[in-house]
Amino acid sequence: MAKRNIYDAAVDQSAKDAYFTASQGQLIWTRFKKQKAAMVGAWVLVVLILSGLFAPFLTPYDPTISGRDKDYLNGAPNAVHFCDHNGCSLRPFIYELERSRSAATNFRWVTEINTDKRKYVQFFVEGSPYTLAFMTFDTHLFGVEDGFIHLFGTDSTGKDIFSRTFHAINTSLAVGTIGVFIAFVLALIIGGISGYYGGWVDSVIQMVTDAVRTIPAIPLFMALAAFIPDTWSAEERFFFISIILGFIGWPTLARRVRTHLLTERNQEYVLAAQLCGASSGHVIRKHLLPSFTSYIIVDLVISFPYMVLSETALSFIGLGLKDPVNSLGVMLQNVTSADVLLNYQWYFIPVIFFIVLVMAFVFVGDGLRDAADPYGDTKK
Amino acid sequence: MSRLIDVEHLTLQFDTDEGRITAVDDVSFSLEAGEVMGLVGESGSGKSVTAKSLMKLNPRNAVYGPDTKITLHLDDGPVDVMSLQNDREMKVVRGGAISLIFQEPMASFAPAISIGDQMVEQLMIHTDFNKAQSKELSIEMLDRVGISDPSTRFGQYAFELSGGMRQRAMIAMALSTKPKLLIADEPTTALDVTIQAQVIDLMKDLVAEFGMGIIFITHDLGVIAQTADKVAVMYLGKLVEQGTVRDVIRKPAHPYTRGLIAALPTLDDIDAPLTPIPGDIPSPLERPPGCVYNTRCQEVIGPRCSAQVPAFSEVQPGHAAACHLYDPAEGSA
Amino acid sequence: MSEKPLITAQNLSVHYALRGGLIGPKPFVRAVENVSLDIAPGSFFGLVGESGSGKTTLGRAMLRAAPISKGDVLFDDGDVAYSLKELGKQELKDYRKRAQLIFQDPYAALSPRMTVRDIIAEPLEVMGLTKSRAETDERVREIAEKCRLNVEHLRRFPHAFSGGQRQRISIARALVSAPKFIVADESVAALDVSIQADVLNLLKAIQEDMGLTFLFISHDLSVVAHVCDHVAVMYLGRLVETAPTRTLFSAPRHPYTKALLSAIPSLDPDDRGKAQKLDGEIPSPTNPPPGCKFQTRCPMAIDRCRVEEPILESAGVEHNVACHRWKELAN
Repeated sequence: MAKRNIYDAAVDQSAKDAYFTASQGQLIWTRFKKQKAAMVGAWVLVVLILSGLFAPFLTPYDPTISGRDKDYLNGAPNAVHFCDHNGCSLRPFIYELERSRSAATNFRWVTEINTDKRKYVQFFVEGSPYTLAFMTFDTHLFGVEDGFIHLFGTDSTGKDIFSRTFHAINTSLAVGTIGVFIAFVLALIIGGISGYYGGWVDSVIQMVTDAVRTIPAIPLFMALAAFIPDTWSAEERFFFISIILGFIGWPTLARRVRTHLLTERNQEYVLAAQLCGASSGHVIRKHLLPSFTSYIIVDLVISFPYMVLSETALSFIGLGLKDPVNSLGVMLQNVTSADVLLNYQWYFIPVIFFIVLVMAFVFVGDGLRDAADPYGDTKK
Repeated sequence: MSRLIDVEHLTLQFDTDEGRITAVDDVSFSLEAGEVMGLVGESGSGKSVTAKSLMKLNPRNAVYGPDTKITLHLDDGPVDVMSLQNDREMKVVRGGAISLIFQEPMASFAPAISIGDQMVEQLMIHTDFNKAQSKELSIEMLDRVGISDPSTRFGQYAFELSGGMRQRAMIAMALSTKPKLLIADEPTTALDVTIQAQVIDLMKDLVAEFGMGIIFITHDLGVIAQTADKVAVMYLGKLVEQGTVRDVIRKPAHPYTRGLIAALPTLDDIDAPLTPIPGDIPSPLERPPGCVYNTRCQEVIGPRCSAQVPAFSEVQPGHAAACHLYDPAEGSA
Repeated sequence: MSEKPLITAQNLSVHYALRGGLIGPKPFVRAVENVSLDIAPGSFFGLVGESGSGKTTLGRAMLRAAPISKGDVLFDDGDVAYSLKELGKQELKDYRKRAQLIFQDPYAALSPRMTVRDIIAEPLEVMGLTKSRAETDERVREIAEKCRLNVEHLRRFPHAFSGGQRQRISIARALVSAPKFIVADESVAALDVSIQADVLNLLKAIQEDMGLTFLFISHDLSVVAHVCDHVAVMYLGRLVETAPTRTLFSAPRHPYTKALLSAIPSLDPDDRGKAQKLDGEIPSPTNPPPGCKFQTRCPMAIDRCRVEEPILESAGVEHNVACHRWKELAN
């Protein structure tokens, strides 16, 4: 055995001590950090969530009709350059676009790139006002001095796809959050009662749960969509969809909560607490709830992508959110025509973001689930 | 008596989150046909891991030491187990030449398949018998292990049998392929003491009849005293004493064996106070340097014990202990 | 019995209903059937049996952790006197302070998400036995020292401890409310032999120190022989023999006790083949045989045994046997 100096021994000791005094949460975090895919997913998720939250600041234009570029419909993305035949510059720039009626195309509008006229990209420009955290700002991260900059191109009405994408991420996440939250609260209560009391209470609740579970989502939404009055504002519609998603999503989570409780309830340390005369409340609070907090967090993170997927799917087929509230699903709706597929490929950029978002959730959820795995170590 | 298996310098480590853990450290022993060897140790001793190593049944994160050599002497010739690469090559060894019985019979029988089907499946993998012949042999084996009404039991599921019967069924299944070596990992620990006595008798009869070797893993020295011919004592991955069962139990040489026997409550003198071995078994993450037992040893002779790993020294012919007390170079005994 | 017993079981039966059909009488398991025994204060009373014997259920019934179907359990520690069958809610709370349980499995009995200090303190907090956090800490430290736990380690989580240490934490938790009666249910069964002796010595030391009475449930007769002063043997929910330890091990009267003793593998390698081997299996508790429950495996069974269930008779000082033939077999 190699000689070990006192510093190694001290480090070892404090590392061991840290292991011994680590709570379950800390142990899970340590195990989570060791999984590369999950950590990458976590970073991606953090970036996407932040960019969604700060979308109005990060993007140059208002995602609704009011922020559109009338002169540049279905426009291709502006390439950002640092150098061209006229020399290099420290500041990034894009080329001026000129529109003219061209005889060659039967006097339709044709857009040409003028490679001599540069438009420098500016940072922290003043643009359209927006509200963030109950305060109004009008500074955007970047913009162009005179004209528009479309990093992801524009759609058929001239709305900047870049701005729309990030706002859409925000919307999709918001709908998902509300849906998950509602599902979670319902699942905790219903699954909790079912699991804790067992017996006939459990049987009855399980029958109800199974019934709700069998309700097919799409036909339900179609029926509901028919019932939503047109007079409802976009926001009201948004909340309604979220709430419905939550109400459909609780059975799966409730079943998991119930299973966890049924197992934990019979653990010996629960019996030990009961033998001291602990009330049900005490047992639930101190023993049962902490025991499955980690599992529930995992379940929550894993349900998130399903919520986002559901909302996207519904909006995609027109049963969910509609313009002007845009989510990733709404944006995906626009990519269905052959016209787009052939000519306006930049419409697909939001799809990439959508895939990345869902995959990030999945990796993080998987990583969490692996990290939270039984924690029952050395058994004889 | 012919040599069955030679294990030389078996070292096994596990790659885990907490680092590389040594489970088995330089263990060597051999077994003859018809011999019962007891492998005794407490938790963390590495006895189960050692047994599973003989069939390379350890999990994927197991790392074998470079000097490890396991030689199985079959009718066709010696087989170097470490050189067998994949599952197909290991098939000869696993279930064919070597059979393994576990502590929890419920764990080794698939719950949704009848016992008979599982036994037949095993036979058809390892032998040339057809289904009918396999069934006949299986029922015969069930009868041989003392299960009443074997043809009915053949069609039953594991949960329909009591603990003792399940264990017998497992023995029947393990023996139906006529293995050369039977490894029994704590086969009686989960059984009631009256059932345990029956199963021990059964195993002794079967050894006599089939002429196979048994490695009997347990923490119960009493069971070893009644069944084994020779015994090997393990502590924290190292083999500390080997010898015939009479020698090791009547005249234990290694301080650990002495401590273990002293700690055992026996019915001979129920007024004697119980003398535990002081301290706790160290975690495999914190194996002591030098002699692995030095932290709890009552007969430490000096700094040598915590600095140098003791080699096996002969105490009597056929009886050796890994302890500096018996090192002829030490001068004392 | 010279002094008043601390706890008495009187014709105690514990029956569990099975999931039966809707029509007809519900089938039930007689986990414990008609058991009567006295435990003197300060005693280390052993309760032995194999699986299905009902020993765990009996222990739990004495703690009111299993339902009492028939009969009663009386508790009298000089301070209070309770009939467990008729305990009111308040009285039950009080009883919990006086009677505690030490579990078998040191890994499952401790909540993995609580620090050791919190685990030991839990009974104090739940039962409202201390008034301040400082007082709780003091009591916890006191009992931890008694159980030879390193007080430095109290802020660690259970996963940091070995099996023997965890069992000591379990013991500390049971003792922190200063009970009078402890049921130790297979408390050393899951421990290594070298640690077992240590924990047993600890239990005996604490018993002397705190004046406790133990009901020590075990399947391991050798352990019971060394630590208990009185032993009761159970088979399929019934008591078959009770006696002072020395008497039971030197002159057992019931055929089951004799078989149990001879089935223990002896450490003497030359002592083979002398055991009186029992054939057959323990009958299922849901379908007990008629008459004496042991008759299906008893080498001494006669016709009377198959029809009539024997009752406990006195065979000596504090020595009771339930066997029709004990007298003739003793000679």
